[in-house]
Amino acid sequence: MSAIRMTAMQRVAAALALREPDRVPCILPVTMHGARELGLSIESYYAKAENVVEGQLRMFAKYRHDALPAIFYGALEMEAWGSETIFRDDGPPNSGPPIVTKIEDIKKLSPPSVEGAPRLQEALKTIGLLKQNVGDTAPIVGMVISPFSVPVMQLGFGPYFDILHERPDLFDHLMAVNGEFCVAWANAQLAAGASLIVYADPVSSPTIIPRETYLRTGFQVAGRVIPRIKGGVLTHFASANCLSILDDVAQTGTTAVGVSALEDLAAVKAACRGKLTVVGNLNAIAMRNWTPSQAVAAVRTAIAQAGPGGGYMLSDNHGEIPWQVPEEILLVIADAVRTWGSYPLDWVEEEQP
Amino acid sequence: MSTLHEWVDQLERALLAVDPAATRRLMAQASVTIPALQVLDAIIVPALERIGRYWERGEAALSQVYMSGRIIESLSSTLLPTASRPHPQHTTLAIAVLDDFHFLGKNLVLSILHTGGFDLIDLGHVDVDGLVERVRNGGIEVLLISTLMLPSALRVREVRDKLMEAGQHVKIVVGGAPFRFDPELWREVGADGCGQNATEALAIVRSLVKTRVNGEAEA
Repeated sequence: MSAIRMTAMQRVAAALALREPDRVPCILPVTMHGARELGLSIESYYAKAENVVEGQLRMFAKYRHDALPAIFYGALEMEAWGSETIFRDDGPPNSGPPIVTKIEDIKKLSPPSVEGAPRLQEALKTIGLLKQNVGDTAPIVGMVISPFSVPVMQLGFGPYFDILHERPDLFDHLMAVNGEFCVAWANAQLAAGASLIVYADPVSSPTIIPRETYLRTGFQVAGRVIPRIKGGVLTHFASANCLSILDDVAQTGTTAVGVSALEDLAAVKAACRGKLTVVGNLNAIAMRNWTPSQAVAAVRTAIAQAGPGGGYMLSDNHGEIPWQVPEEILLVIADAVRTWGSYPLDWVEEEQP
Repeated sequence: MSTLHEWVDQLERALLAVDPAATRRLMAQASVTIPALQVLDAIIVPALERIGRYWERGEAALSQVYMSGRIIESLSSTLLPTASRPHPQHTTLAIAVLDDFHFLGKNLVLSILHTGGFDLIDLGHVDVDGLVERVRNGGIEVLLISTLMLPSALRVREVRDKLMEAGQHVKIVVGGAPFRFDPELWREVGADGCGQNATEALAIVRSLVKTRVNGEAEA
């Protein structure tokens, strides 16, 4: 297999099909680092699609990774709901105060129109321009926040837990409204040229809710929404755990899972084998202080745990590399994947005790 | 008659099931034979501490920790009205969310510290300069800072440096996701302690308050 050099698109497609590509695909979600490349503030960078396109193309060339994250920032879709975004110079923009301050107002919510949201249109323009540049050689990755997880920004965590436990009427309405928006937003990104949609769903994690709650809530929502998304879906738990619900997650129609650095990647891979592609799980917080040798060791460990048999893509654990991670470390990671990630992974077997 | 240990077991089960009615029933039964302060210290706080430890080990979910605190807080004001503060408090404590709008961690800590008998000033959402000013003006001696995002966590260093410049020798205790993923981060930003969960925050505050009181007594 390693004798045939694949394009990034073929490599990622093979991993998503649970096969061994020529080497382990590497996806570095350097969502905001293009601002540094272009000498812009993060706010100015995201103001124009052309900036993000230029930034992502430069980083694609620099890090030689296997996907172009056309993801602006998590708070972007909240702008369509009327939320303020708070920019900063050293990290991802944050969503401002919750848009729902009286929980009865949930009944008044209706899904915003993707066509009528200028910032979403800017993101779609980014995807279209990236597609013009890379064609079918590399996947463009879009993102939605799951209908079940976005209420953390719409309401705040506490009020959301309250309605989750005490107001099924409001919860059901919120899921219906959010579900319609989520499907429309995901499909608009796919129509614009995205190849894969990240379905960010940390609230479904057993870190946040017990499995029995998940089975009657987030699982049902994902099972209704994901099959309506007309492309590949990667369910990402954004640093939260998922091992104990992987059999359930596999039934939602998703293709892949993003895994926390706090979980045993080998155990996750064993649970996903034949069902889901594993994505992760380099510790994005610790990464900023890694030495080059620590970075290589982390890549080797991850590949040894999840690479054999294919169906694995190396990435971070959160779906967003922090601004503070040095370029040098990202370059070391990219090189280490080439050194240690080429199939067949004979060295893994040779090093088994 | 149930032992204290059995009361804790039963309360833990009711809280993990997010069952306010069962919790209320249990606490009403316990209050018949056990003084209110002992119900707080020997049953409620240990049950909440256990649930915090379960979350730490991945055996309970954040929603169960949050709902447990909320149920207990709602009962404390009605069912245990005679339970005055068990710890005479000589230290001014405050808690803040630095730089973002994620209040859950702060509210969890507030809830368990209230239950554990501590009064805190809730500073809400603040930026670095706002926080430094509030600490200076409020005579705050122990400051708890909750963060969700790495840049906010790194900004604790600025808070520490500006407080030192202002001659404020405040004890800073941090918590939140970035500190869970990088166990050395709290030292890097100049904090005096780090709570991996709300119950750890309670233990740290108890220790700091005790140290301060003892230190004052010795002085």
